[in-house]
This record gives sequence, structure tokens and C-alpha cells, in this order.
Amino acid sequence: MIRYIRRAAAFCLLLLVALLVNAARVQLFQADELDDNPANRRNTITRYDQPRGNILVGDRPVTGNKETGEQLSFERTYLHGPLYAPVTGYASQTYGTTLIENAEDAVLSGTASLLAPLPFWNEFTRGRQPGGDVVTTVRASMQQAAYDGLSGRRGAVAALDPSTGGILALVSTPSYDPERLSGTGSAVTDAWARLNAAKSLPMLNRAIRQTYPPGSTFKIVTAAAALDARVVTDPDAATDTPSPYVLPGTRTTLPNESSGCEEASLADAIRVSCNTVMAHLGVEVGLDGMVEAAERFGFNDTGLRIPSGVARSNFDTGMSDDQLALSSIGQFNTTATPLQMAMVAAAVANGGDLRRPHLVDRVTTNDGDTVRQEGSPSYERAMSPSTAVQLQRMMVDVVENGTGSNAAIDGVKVGGKTGTAQHGVDNSGLPYAWFISWAQAPDAGRPAVAVAVVVEDASADRADISGGGSAAPIARAVMEAALAEEDR
Amino acid sequence: MTATTADAPPPELRLPKRRGVELALLVGGVLISVFGYAAVGLAHDGAVPPDVAGYGAGLGTLALLAHVAVRFRAPYADPLLLPIAVLLNGLGLVLIYRLDLETPRDQAAPTQLIWSTLGVALFTAVVVLLRDHRVLQRYAYLSVAAALALMIVPIFFPAVNGAKIWIRIGGLSFQPGEFAKILLAVFFAAYLAANRNALAYTGRTVWKLQLPAGRVLGPIVAIWLLSVGVLVLERDLGTSLLFFGLFVIMLYVATGRTGWIAVGLLLAAVGAFVVGSFEPHVHSRVQDWLDPFASIDAGQGPGQLAQSLFAFAAGGMLGTGLGAGHSILIGFAAKSDFILATAGEELGLSGLTAIFLLYALLVARGYRAGLALRDPFGRLLAIGLASILALQVFVIAGGVMGLIPLTGMAMPFLAQGGSSVVTNWVIVALLIRVSDVSRRPRPEQVETGVIAADVEEDR
Repeated sequence: MIRYIRRAAAFCLLLLVALLVNAARVQLFQADELDDNPANRRNTITRYDQPRGNILVGDRPVTGNKETGEQLSFERTYLHGPLYAPVTGYASQTYGTTLIENAEDAVLSGTASLLAPLPFWNEFTRGRQPGGDVVTTVRASMQQAAYDGLSGRRGAVAALDPSTGGILALVSTPSYDPERLSGTGSAVTDAWARLNAAKSLPMLNRAIRQTYPPGSTFKIVTAAAALDARVVTDPDAATDTPSPYVLPGTRTTLPNESSGCEEASLADAIRVSCNTVMAHLGVEVGLDGMVEAAERFGFNDTGLRIPSGVARSNFDTGMSDDQLALSSIGQFNTTATPLQMAMVAAAVANGGDLRRPHLVDRVTTNDGDTVRQEGSPSYERAMSPSTAVQLQRMMVDVVENGTGSNAAIDGVKVGGKTGTAQHGVDNSGLPYAWFISWAQAPDAGRPAVAVAVVVEDASADRADISGGGSAAPIARAVMEAALAEEDR
Repeated sequence: MTATTADAPPPELRLPKRRGVELALLVGGVLISVFGYAAVGLAHDGAVPPDVAGYGAGLGTLALLAHVAVRFRAPYADPLLLPIAVLLNGLGLVLIYRLDLETPRDQAAPTQLIWSTLGVALFTAVVVLLRDHRVLQRYAYLSVAAALALMIVPIFFPAVNGAKIWIRIGGLSFQPGEFAKILLAVFFAAYLAANRNALAYTGRTVWKLQLPAGRVLGPIVAIWLLSVGVLVLERDLGTSLLFFGLFVIMLYVATGRTGWIAVGLLLAAVGAFVVGSFEPHVHSRVQDWLDPFASIDAGQGPGQLAQSLFAFAAGGMLGTGLGAGHSILIGFAAKSDFILATAGEELGLSGLTAIFLLYALLVARGYRAGLALRDPFGRLLAIGLASILALQVFVIAGGVMGLIPLTGMAMPFLAQGGSSVVTNWVIVALLIRVSDVSRRPRPEQVETGVIAADVEEDR
């Protein structure tokens, strides 16, 4: 009997070994796969188990957290939701994250290794740090000025610090309150459905994710290309533009909206916004030269991140001469984001040295210790310094004597360029009113701000005046706010 | 024990009672439970639970009570059995208390504590009143009658969660089938001890298998079929599997016929296939086992087994720590059938291994007592009781970890369930009793008074 008892005991041992091997299989070898199963709620629960770090504008948080008392303990709140939605994005328990909430999620949720006291600390303890804070480059007064200026019309504003690339304002209207998407449940799904169905596209970040035909504001790029390629050596000398100007290889005559364009100099063409002169110069520079110049400003760049991805602004690389002529005045299939056009203004203001646009100034731990500081990295030399100086003079002329007089600020050097773009079949869509500008305080060694404003404006006339009419005052308000910030 | 050593032995040296060891281990077991209780509070609320002293005192008193009973009435008992039972029970209370924190409206720990107290009381009663396990041999047929009655009664009560295994009287509910385990083990042991020679050496030989005479085998197979039939009707397949395994193991140990194993496995395979194919309740369990994530792919969210596997995986090597896991996501039965998932998540593979080893030690000590005993009934009883524990742990642990199809069953001592805790305490009491007999000095070395007392009780 003893022998049989021993064998039965061996059988029990076998059962034990089977259990242990199986436990090791589940808990060690398949653990990662099981942990990452999307149906496993643990990652989500841990993520919302602690307050999310905040996004700061200046030294004040524009986000917050509230305790829900539910399985997912903390929910995102926003102090001025619609105002800062194009900056923060949303952090939803149902729909994930966007914009800074997305790009800096590791910091905000506390998993980023740079928040840990020691390398691999988070990995080793399988924990996370308290959520770190993200300090943006945005100026509250400028953001507010831009938001108030747009006053609910469809449009966007992007403002840059030309010498650092810091984004000082990023506004898109109509906007939405991201807080309504924070939690879970039917209220959130209803809000999501309503926002997505809305015709005004409130969740579209027009400043960086929507491209518009830039219209006459693109003439700055064409002028820079012409000057750098030495197609024009003296901006005040008359050009040999034929009048009327027939698009090369076609019988289509290109009209001007303003008078005095016949054989106008480059400076005059910019001031009164002559289509013919700029189209002609674009063709003279040639396709390769124009593409190269546009790309130096950031066109055709699919990899631009601020840290969220910016939509690609387009300047076609394979065009016939007539298409090139139209593209040179911001028509045909040339499109640009408002941020892209702000970069154009910034490049001119900063002497041709284009800084990489960025929205995050620094990242701090929960205690406020800075763990990452964004510098002012260079993006590209957009044009030679002498070209920039010449363009600065021309853009100042636009504001002082030309189409952009609405942007003028007493005692301040302001340069600008207006633009209007038709779109839709037979130009039946709402025209886009553009204005790009920069401002430099008289006693300052460097420009304070570069702005691009676009308004989808029902009242815009078929003239450059509209850019000056509805967009320029917004740009002025933003620039005034920037100058006031400088004075402080 | 050889004859020479029996000549001049100082008994205390030869056969140490080891009650001091037991007491020390008990203190350790109680302390581990109390620390676990405090750890749950610290992790969950950032403070030691206010009643930690009372909890420790309660568990300590229970342990002390049991220890005193063993010290006086079973002084030679194996010193490991009681501490392991106390530790597992205390750990179970900690885990249930921990899960209670997630379900404020459903508090199971206080009830479990009451049942544990009842279990220890029964343990004490068995140890004090049952002076010799051989007494049970006489009640073999009474045991089997009682077992069958206990299993049949719940059929007349409404089903709970698909299984008709509960009796509800007033607010109390219990599973009589749990008690039937012990009674059946007693019957099997008694019957096999009496008939093992007939079973082993008579009968016809078919091919290489020697089949026993139907006359001897008839009654036992009838009883077994009846019990399994009742269980299938009640849809309690875990217990059914347990009885089957118990039957095969005890038959093998009694007769040593490998033919039994072959027949047993064949029967099990056929039974499993038939039940698994045609009984919808079991069929769905088998489907779950084959693909635990099917419900996720179907867009219905993770099922219980998937949640259980998630919990084990979340534990990893070291676990999240008591009170810091999310095993409550399992939902229904998290405190009973799936209690091991909480242990796996919060204590990790290391903690789980420790728990498995505790069970293994308990089983091994039962087997050891069986080896050392001299009477066949005692041997078979010890093996049977130990095997009940082993099979139960395997069936439920294997089930919740995806090793075998899941069948509802309580993890001994850990899981919520009054009947189960009480039954397991009785099992441990019986193991204490047989181990005491197995390690006790031979009757001729003991003062005659003790034997006289035994004889008196026997009458």
C-alpha cells in the first residue's frame, strides 16, 4: 500500500508543478500581452488614478482636475475651455487626447522618464510620478485679444515671437469647451456627436490644421524669391511687366484689383498688391527657384510639429508656367495654414532667420522643477538678411501708405500684407480675408511679434481692402497686446 | 520503529510532541495575517485599519483555542497542519476584507469571520471528542446515507447562479455538498479498507487488465454513480470532478491496480466529452477555456475568465501589493471562486507560489500521516482527505488560471463560503487526529490508563 501512496503523492506533486508552470505562463510570459489587451481596464484606471498635470499659460494653469468618485478617479477640467482649446486640445476618458494633451501626455500623466528621480525608476517600480506641468509660450493677453477680435466668426490667428519661434497666440473660432468631452457616459458621447456634426466645425484647429489659399499674402514669398534670385535687384526700379498680362501659354488675361500696376516697381507692387507684377516675377524666377524659396519658409513640410503636427502647406512642385504665375500670387493650388503665414511674417521680421515654431516653453515636475527647457532652435534661413531688410521696408510701406493701413499703431514700426482669397466653384464660397504682419517697438532691438490672421468673411469685397478691412484690426489688437507685454 | 529501539526509550526524546513549534508557527501565521490586514488599509486608505488589534486578537484567540485543544487531546499531532490552516484562513479573511473595500454594499468578511469561528469550534469539537479515528469506520454506511441525503436535499431548493447546490433557511445559506465530501471519504476509506483484498485479488482478467468481481465492486460503483449523477443534475461539476478524482485515487491506493486508473481515465474522458458537448452550461465553460477572449472580439467586453487572467498578469512577479490591485473587475464571484486572482494580482507569482506551497505542505503532511499509520482505514482516510484538498486546489486554481475549464469550486480556506471553510476545518481536524495517532508512541508504551479510556469511549 505504501508504494501506491507514494505514487498518489507523486501525482499530487505533478498537479502542483502543473499549477506553478501555468502560473508562470500567465504571470510572466504572457503578462505583457495580457496587460496591453485593450479590454483590460487597468491601464485606464491607473492613468486616471492621479490628477493630471496642468498646462500653463504664463504662470497660470488653464487646466484642472476634478474628482469623480468613480472608477476613473480624476477628470480633466478647463478654465477657459473655448479660448485655449486650440492650444490644449482635449483629454477625454472616452475619446483620448489631442494637441498638447496628446503630445505631452507622458509628462502630464506622469509616465515620462524625465520626471523620474532616477533613470528607469518608473520601469522598476512599475509606478508613475505625479503629473508634470507643461508651460506654454502663449501670452494670455494676446490669446484673448485674438479671440475677442475674431468674435465667433470662422477664422484663426497665429502669433509668433520672431526671434525665438515661440507661439504667442493660437486661436481658432468658433471653438468648443473641451471639458465637455472629459469624462465618460452619454453626456460626453452626445457632446462628441454634436460637435462632430456641427457645420461650423468647432473642433477643427484652423490655426494649424486647416489650409487656406493664402492669396496676396503669398506675394511676400514671391518677392523674397525674386530678390534672393536677383531677378529684382532694385525694388524701386520699374519692372518689365507687360500690361495687360496674359498668363504664359494661355489666352487668359490676369486682372489687377488696383490701379497703377503697369510696369510698377516691386515695392509699389507689394504696396498696392499688383497681381500682374508678382505673377510675372514668379515666372521669371522659375519653378525650381519658387519651390525652393517657398520650402525655405516651411511650405511642403509634412514633418512640422509644435509639438502637435501641423498640416502641410502646399506649393506645387510640378506646374506649367501659367499655373506657376497663379501660384506666385497665392492662387491655383497654393495653400497655407495660418501658422505658416505667421512664419512668413516672422522670417521677414527676424532678418530672414526663421525660428522653429513651438508651443511648449518648458516642462516642470509637479513641484515646479524645470526638467526640460525648449530653446529657440533655428528652422531655416528663409532669405538673405539684405532681402529681409528690403522686404521689411516694403511691408512697413503697406501699412503706412498701402492696403494695410488698418494695422497701423502710433509710434511703432509695423509691417504687413493683406490678402483675399476666393474659393469654391465660380468663387461662390465665402472669401478668406488674410492679414499678416509684424511689429517692432521703436526702442527695441528685435521685433516683438509676427501675426497671421485669416477670417472666413461674408462681407469681404473682391478686393485686398477686405484683408485690410476685417483681418488687419485683429492683427493690430494682437500686436498691441504683444507690445504691452514687452513693456511690462 | 524497530524492536530494539522500543526496549529502552526515553519517550520525550524519541517522539517529540513539537507543540512548541506549532505555537511558534501559529504566532507567525497570525502575525502575517495581521500585517496583511494592515497593509490593505495602508495601501487603500493610507491608514492602518482601526480594528486591526481586534482582528489580530480575534484570529489569535481562535488559533490559541485550536492549539490548546490539540495540545491536550492530540499532543503528537503534526505541528504544521494547524498553523497552515490558520495562515490560509487569515489570508483568506484579508483578501475578502480587501475586496469588501471595493463593494461597500456587500460586506463578506464579517460573515466569513463568523463561519471561521464556527469552523474552529467544530475543529476543536472533533479533536476533543474523537479520540480515535477508527471509530468512524463503524459509521461507514451511516456516512454514505447522510452524504446522499445532503446532496439530494438542495434539488428541492431554488437554483442559485445556475447550480442547485444551496439550501437557504432564513438568511443563512449553505452548501451541504461540501460536508458530503468528508462523509464520502469516510465511506470510501471504510469500505475499501474492508474489501481491498477482494478488490485486488479476485475477478476476471481481460487482456492485461484485471477487473474485480462485480459482487465487491457493485456497491461502491453504485454509490459513486449516484453521487455523480446527483451532481450533474445539480450542475455542480467542480464537486463532481472532485468526487471522481477522489474515488479513483482511493481505489488505486487501496488495490494498487493500474487497471483502475485506465478505467477511471476512460470513464472521465467519456463523461467529460458527453457533458461538455451536450450540457449547455458546461459547453460554454469549455468554450471560454478554449478562447477566453472570444467575448472581447465579439465586442461584449472581457468575460470573467479573461478578467481573471488580466488580474494574474497584472500581478507579474512581485504583485501590486495588497490593496493596490483591481481584481474587483472580475465582478461576480470575485470573493469566492476567483479569490485566487486577487492573491495573484496583489501578491504576484511569488506570493501565489507561496500559497500553492502551503497547500502542498498541507497535502504532503496528510500523506505522510497516511504513510505512518498502521491501519488501512486510517491510511485511506488520510490519503482521501489530503487528496480532497489537493484536487480542490487544482480544479479551482487551474480553472481560474486557464489551465483547465472553469468549474465552480471554493479555494480551501481562502474563498468566501461558510460551508467550505467549516468543512476544511473539519478535514484538518481529522488530519490532526490521524497524524496524532500515527506519531503517537505505540499503545504498549503508553500507560494503560489511556488505552482504558479509549476502550471506554469505544463502547
